[in-house]
Amino acid sequence: MEKFVTHVGTGVPLRRSNVDTDQIIPAVYLKRVTRSGFEDGLFAAWRSDPDFVLNQPEFKNGTVLVAGADFGTGSSREHAVWALQNYGFKVVISSRFADIFRGNSQKGGLLTILLSQSEVEDLWVAIEANPALAITVNLAAKTVSYADQSIAFEIDDYVRWRLMEGLDDIGLTLENSDSIDAFEAKRSAHKPKTLPIRA
Amino acid sequence: MGKTLAEKIWQEHVVRAKEGEPDLIYIDLHLIHEVTSPQAFDGLRLSNRKVRRPDLTIATEDHNVPTQNINLPIADPVSKLQVDTLRANCAEFGVRIHSLGDAEQGIVHVVGPQLGLTQPGLTIVCGDSHTSTHGAFGALAFGIGTSEVEHVLATQTLPLQRPKTMAINVNGKLKPGVTSKDIILAIIAKIGTGGGQGYVIEYRGQAIRELSMEARMTVCNMSIEAGARAGLIAPDETTFAYIKGKPHAPEDFDAAVSYWKTLYTDADAKYDVEVDLDADELEPFVTWGTNPGQGIFLNGSVPNPAEIADAEERGAAERALVYMGLTAGQPMKSVAIDTVFLGSCTNGRIEDLRAAAEILKGKKISTSLRMLVVPGSARVRLQAEAEGLDKVFIDSGAEWRNAGCSMCLGMNPDQLKPEERSASTSNRNFEGRQGKGGRTHLVSPLVAAATALRGTLSSPADL
Repeated sequence: MEKFVTHVGTGVPLRRSNVDTDQIIPAVYLKRVTRSGFEDGLFAAWRSDPDFVLNQPEFKNGTVLVAGADFGTGSSREHAVWALQNYGFKVVISSRFADIFRGNSQKGGLLTILLSQSEVEDLWVAIEANPALAITVNLAAKTVSYADQSIAFEIDDYVRWRLMEGLDDIGLTLENSDSIDAFEAKRSAHKPKTLPIRA
Repeated sequence: MGKTLAEKIWQEHVVRAKEGEPDLIYIDLHLIHEVTSPQAFDGLRLSNRKVRRPDLTIATEDHNVPTQNINLPIADPVSKLQVDTLRANCAEFGVRIHSLGDAEQGIVHVVGPQLGLTQPGLTIVCGDSHTSTHGAFGALAFGIGTSEVEHVLATQTLPLQRPKTMAINVNGKLKPGVTSKDIILAIIAKIGTGGGQGYVIEYRGQAIRELSMEARMTVCNMSIEAGARAGLIAPDETTFAYIKGKPHAPEDFDAAVSYWKTLYTDADAKYDVEVDLDADELEPFVTWGTNPGQGIFLNGSVPNPAEIADAEERGAAERALVYMGLTAGQPMKSVAIDTVFLGSCTNGRIEDLRAAAEILKGKKISTSLRMLVVPGSARVRLQAEAEGLDKVFIDSGAEWRNAGCSMCLGMNPDQLKPEERSASTSNRNFEGRQGKGGRTHLVSPLVAAATALRGTLSSPADL
């Protein structure tokens, strides 16, 4: 995973709440067996509408998606994170994220930032007034800045450290494989096993 | 102070806890399917890692398998590649798989319980958000992303933040014709699609205790639609009786039961939040919008967005009505349906098929619609055929299909066309969920069957 420390980019105002993962990437686009190439499916249904925000030339190259509440609800598909990243997004800002989506984003290095709904709305207004507005996300300082604004955000320290170091979770866990061995040694015998197959 | 059920299960699975870090939680059962696993297996190969516990892992094919002509090769080459990739990965890493054509193939959340692998007190994960289904047995079960699938394959653990706990007390008794699907749709409408975010929900109360095991699975299944990663119900005699005799039921059943009986929320435990719902007041429920929280009694009318105070919700309702092609004030029962879908991990079990067949028996479905009946697993299909339910469906004019996720998410050829409208026993009414431009109304199997007969959204009481 790439390290995430700071990012400077332009914003895309997505004035919708309850953006579920079926909207982020519909199921028919989930058939690839790789982690790349999902940008085609990103917001596929909405992109067929010429008025959709990503079809506006001034927002085409945005890297900071600013969305309404309850972003990423529904299906656990990590393809939603990959589609956003494959398209070029580095950061998503919302006033509330679905749990599984947020967890997935943190595994893959897509930074999800929680701001209040009024801070989101201020950001929408600012981006719409000036689509070229530079937005600076500083994970080290835990701030989102634009124009003369600097907004602090909260993020779990452990998650922040992992993102800033670009660390692989599996590698971190395997450093503790002794504790896993010890746990398994005292696991109850009546817990089910899938093998051998019983009919 | 006592502990809640979720806290007890959590505590029993902590491999490692350290201040300032997520707890490392042991996973007892890992379910796998073709869509969210290929990149995880790829990751193992790239890092030269093995599957740590193939004996706690099981795979099946469900999301994009066809439900017709399953003896032929899968027609869509991209779907075929994904299914073939799962088969090759399972062979390479020694993982048990139930493929198309096998009696145990089916939707992953139907397969686990029917094999007796889903048991109280376990931690269960799957790269699918409806893993919450297994919580009905008093297990802590939740959906994960593909990176986490890889993590569990490699380590049999997950680093997780401890969730908060929410009790939903469903007091009183359900009226006839009202089902567990109506309970959960009413809960989601009450607390909203984000209401359970950050919580594990425990469903409690008389109406929950009186539900069958399969009806409990319907409730827990849709916890995710209320924003909760997991939902569970304390195990009881109903749970034990359901597991008994299943292929993977514990050999020393009595010993297991005595442990399972310790799995309840202590009387002096405290939840972070409690919500009450009165079962006596519930009626058949239906969604009118494009998220599962946009629901109303079937006897009601399409809400008027102008009467919604919250600006954000009002805007969402306005957009939903345009997408759904509905007008404010229109009675829900006047809405004409093109396709009835009976199936999915929410309502594709034998009891769901029996309940619908009971209504359809000896009658013909409306000529203005089609009805797809898709059993949740090949085992459910065989059971239904042994009971003659297939004939009831076929004689009524419905299509009797093979097992899979099918039209719940329209990854296989079972899809709605643009502006086509369904009454669906599945779990999500998102825009385009059942096919681009398709319009979904979520309903119970009873409402689905009554709707199939009348052509418009209906309850059995209307027949």
